Amino acid sequence: MKRRAKFIVGGVFILGALGYLIYAGVSQSVVYFVTPSELMAAPVSGKTYRLGGMVQAGTLKWEPKSLDLTFAVSDGKTAVPVRHKGTPPDLFAEGRGAVVEGTWTADGHFKAATILAKHSEEYKAPDDGAAEPGYKELLRTLQGSSGK
Amino acid sequence: MTPELGYAATVVAFGLALYGSIASAVAGRTGRTALVQSSERAAVGVWILVTGCMLLLVYAFLTFDFSVRYVAINTNRGTPFYYRITALWGALEGSIILWTWMLALYTLIVVVQYRRRHPEFYPWVLSAMMGIAAFFLLVMTIPAPPFERLTPVPPDGRGLNPLLQDSGMITHPVALYLGFTGFTVPFAFAIAALATGRIGDEWITITRRWTVIAWYFLALGLLIGGWWSYHVLGWGGYWAWDPVENAAVLPWLTGTALLHSVMIQERRRMLKIWNLTLVILTFSLTIFGTFLTRSGIIGSVHAFSQGSIGAFFLGFLALVLLTSFSLLAWRMDRLKAQGELDSIFSRESVFLLNNVFLVAAAFTVFFGTIFPLLSEAVRGVKVSVGAPFFNLVNIPLFLGLLILMGVGPLIAWRRASADNLRRNFLMPTAVGVAAAVIARALGIANSLVLLCIAAVVFVTGTIVLDFLRAVRARRRSGDGWAAATLGLLRRQNRRYGGFVVHLGILVVALGVAGSNAWSLHTETTLGRGESVELGGYRVRFDGLRASEESNHFKVTGTFTVSNGVGSRDVLYPAKKYYAQEQNPIAYVDYRLGLIEDVYLVLGDFARDGSQATIKLQVNRMVSWLWLGGLVLTLGTGLAILPDRKKAA
Repeated sequence: MKRRAKFIVGGVFILGALGYLIYAGVSQSVVYFVTPSELMAAPVSGKTYRLGGMVQAGTLKWEPKSLDLTFAVSDGKTAVPVRHKGTPPDLFAEGRGAVVEGTWTADGHFKAATILAKHSEEYKAPDDGAAEPGYKELLRTLQGSSGK
Repeated sequence: MTPELGYAATVVAFGLALYGSIASAVAGRTGRTALVQSSERAAVGVWILVTGCMLLLVYAFLTFDFSVRYVAINTNRGTPFYYRITALWGALEGSIILWTWMLALYTLIVVVQYRRRHPEFYPWVLSAMMGIAAFFLLVMTIPAPPFERLTPVPPDGRGLNPLLQDSGMITHPVALYLGFTGFTVPFAFAIAALATGRIGDEWITITRRWTVIAWYFLALGLLIGGWWSYHVLGWGGYWAWDPVENAAVLPWLTGTALLHSVMIQERRRMLKIWNLTLVILTFSLTIFGTFLTRSGIIGSVHAFSQGSIGAFFLGFLALVLLTSFSLLAWRMDRLKAQGELDSIFSRESVFLLNNVFLVAAAFTVFFGTIFPLLSEAVRGVKVSVGAPFFNLVNIPLFLGLLILMGVGPLIAWRRASADNLRRNFLMPTAVGVAAAVIARALGIANSLVLLCIAAVVFVTGTIVLDFLRAVRARRRSGDGWAAATLGLLRRQNRRYGGFVVHLGILVVALGVAGSNAWSLHTETTLGRGESVELGGYRVRFDGLRASEESNHFKVTGTFTVSNGVGSRDVLYPAKKYYAQEQNPIAYVDYRLGLIEDVYLVLGDFARDGSQATIKLQVNRMVSWLWLGGLVLTLGTGLAILPDRKKAA
């Protein structure tokens, strides 16, 4: 019986330690999913949020020299000003869905640590994509500049 | 024609699998051998039909048959030849075919290998495997039909997701699915053991190699997935605790626990219920993983389609769990352990602790992954836990596992004497501690890295010590060094194969610790001719050029990388514009090294080519992960060599 008791004490200890680890882990890294309206209704500075919405047209500004990226995430009703330091991700653009993770700051903007662009897997007719970024023109300007 | 043929083959295969499953179960109960033979033929038929489906789909891809929806979505006329073949598993429907095909193949191997052996188990094994195959064929028939027609037929397809046009994507899913489906065999034997009531150690002995192979492929799949993430996604990491990654690592963790706990049953006739539970859990987690990733119930950066498929997998998962655990409960009276734990200082206890840690790790990963669901259901708040949660909880568990890895194989069974402990662990512990002290003196301040170094050196010490002793013992019987070493590896291949696998894990562990502690990164915008410095490297921006490739348009940057010692290299990171994608895809360029990789991503650029924004990383010891995979492969190969004693 004594041996059994030892194993039980050991088991309880391990479970307790695990429970504590999980509790500490959750409370340290919990991230709240919010829409712009939900965030602006009761913003808490310092809390980590994951904010999802559309990148509002006409708000996207990107300064390559300073790497300052600013834009607003909107859900159609409310817009949240967001600031980020870094290059915009590949699938990121105005009018497109985006999820930004970061904190609300006391001076009234959302400081994004990471930006995830929403990727769509919907079927898209192959030929209307070519018109979009104007590849041909890009090809010309770059070939002109490289001097070859 | 192709879609109709493929669909018909799927439906017939489903019927055959269902028939085979029921017939062999009846044969298992009544002992009618004719029924077993009939379901064997059904198993062969299923394999032929699924192979046919796969070839049909490959044919459709190669001939650009855009009347098949799956082909139209996952390829276009510009897709290179080999990616048109691997596009087969580029999305959901095709991956299910691949899965089903591997399952049918494993069933065929089981038929060939065991038809004349284990006559009590065999019908039930066949029944379980064909029942599972029937489920996957049902998925191929209703929620995820790969041969669905597309009308009107488009002139060209959309094209394979550019991120998947990479060598890693050729091998990653294959390895991963070989792992996932591989666990079906031990599971089927466990079900057979429960159904027949022969719940001794037979099923464990038979399936040991299967478990090792499934475990290995899953490990390999995870590593290749990490490599793909590292060199394609452009964030410079290999693991993000994304739900999809978690789904794949869950069965690996419980499978690892299983590999170890079966040894206790073989040796001490203990943990019978536990082993059955582990094999059921491991198989269920492979199904759960597919449910999690394909149902879209948890948001993930991996864009997967949604649909009714989630409900199918959830239903099947419930069926598997209910059936297996009912069988287990029914046989509970026969599952009494014959041995018991004598002491905390024994190999049994250490293996048990290893299992507790592994299952705890699996539980926390599971908990963290479904946390958003739990929270929304219980509190109505949408939250998630990110990488910090998984790291915080798992780092202590994995460090503990590393240390146990050194203790387990050497500590005595039943009760370790003080002498046994001293003889096996005094030196390795001293060397481990010394290594940490030296590392500290050399300026390594990160305490997690120091702990990892101590653990790794300790475990390596135990392995080397054990191996040297064994070689010396053989030398005494007259063998030369080489003959003694080879003879030992061959004669005790299972033990030393395991040790080599352990060494592989140690190499991976060092890679994980080192890359997290010492990697550097910076992000900056450079004008032409300007340069940036990081970690002793100087990177100069030399210019941009544009080009048209077969299926995309590409802007390539030229960057000269020099380090202080005068070596120079040119890197060409690029951005690729695919017609089917709304935005460009970054193409990373890198130089891999044993100690550090230079890793360069082209972010943004001025349209006249005068400036470029780059992400530059000096990633340290990442290559150790891939090296560790190589060692893992060698060890697994050694561990599954055929038994010499039986062969002779």
